[in-house]
Amino acid sequence: MRLSGRGVRCVRGGREVFSELDFETVSGEALAVIGANGSGKTSLLRLIAGLLVLAGGSIGLEGGKAELTLPEQAHYLGHRDALKPALSVAENLGFWRDYLGGEALDPEPALAAVGLDHAADLPAAYLSAGQRRRLSIARLLALRRPIWLLDEPTNALDSAGQSLFAGLMRDQLARGGLIIAATHAPLGIAARELQIRSDTR
Amino acid sequence: MTALAALLKRDIQIALRVGGGALIGVLFFLIVVVLMPFSVGPDLALLTRLGPAILWLGALLASLLTLDRLFVADQDDGSLDLMTMSRTPLELACAAKALAHWLAAGLPLVIATPVLGLLLNLDPLSTAAVALTLLAGTPALTFTGMIGAALAVTLRRGGLLLAVLVLPLSIPVLIFGVAASQAAITGPSSFGAPFSILCALSLASFVIGPFAAAASLRQGLD
Repeated sequence: MRLSGRGVRCVRGGREVFSELDFETVSGEALAVIGANGSGKTSLLRLIAGLLVLAGGSIGLEGGKAELTLPEQAHYLGHRDALKPALSVAENLGFWRDYLGGEALDPEPALAAVGLDHAADLPAAYLSAGQRRRLSIARLLALRRPIWLLDEPTNALDSAGQSLFAGLMRDQLARGGLIIAATHAPLGIAARELQIRSDTR
Repeated sequence: MTALAALLKRDIQIALRVGGGALIGVLFFLIVVVLMPFSVGPDLALLTRLGPAILWLGALLASLLTLDRLFVADQDDGSLDLMTMSRTPLELACAAKALAHWLAAGLPLVIATPVLGLLLNLDPLSTAAVALTLLAGTPALTFTGMIGAALAVTLRRGGLLLAVLVLPLSIPVLIFGVAASQAAITGPSSFGAPFSILCALSLASFVIGPFAAAASLRQGLD
């Protein structure tokens, strides 16, 4: 599987964020997107996820499932964690597993894998920032998708959580998955770097 | 199908739990209707004549009360991003969300109507007629209101804007809803004609609402 972008241009609020950006990544490889604040790391991930409209260039996936679009084969882990405070941990995870469909797995092992199995019945409102992040990560495990788009994935995670997540990312790459992560901190796995330079004209 | 059932179940669960909007709508409806006899005065004949209009206005305002959070809540916590990426069409997701909103916030208003009819000196038959028109008409309020709720996401901080956008759209529903109720209570025109139009408005909104809302949400991708 190969995910590539050619001459990608991003415009937000009438201002050009970046242009002529080329990138390419293949199965089993992690791509770390680095750049200063405001350089467009999140925008690039959202462009790939189909959540922003391309202002120019193209993004394509080769070797995926032909009947599915790129966003339908990707997990997006953003700043906002898509959790409902009124629902319990297990209900939150169960909803996303059912809604996103596909190769759904049992939610309990996913919760155990991120160390939240003891809190399955707790309303998500009572989770700490790190626990919320762990629950979002459990969504990546409850449902297999080949592409992971991660926006600052290790934010709010403690050191144990960071090494745990590094292990999960290694598993994903070993399964033939593909990771694109926007990050300031080291990911904890071997990753090729993609530097975004914003045009400060 | 699992996806839509899951979405329906989740939205109803959230609405029924602490901080959800289901109960608030009914309480608001109750307060609006209870205030009316105090402001109009103890003229029973006048109350009977105004009854259907008061119940309809109360239901309209109460259903609008919780509608502004329909998509904004999902936008704020990032759920809308994941729904947009999903293979479930956004149109169907919008329809499921509107249905959940109606079941949690619209249906309780219909159920509360017989109790409130007593306060307005409506006899059982008239109350049943108003409840029936509300049952047929409140889905139209939700499904047209959904378009405004989706626009509020695009425009951000659009809570009050929603009322301005949605209330004009609800005028036809209000006209035929009240006309059908009045026809059943005082005559002389028939109940059937305005009631059929009311049902037609609801059916049309089922088709137009989800598509317009989804188009508005897609337009707002930013």
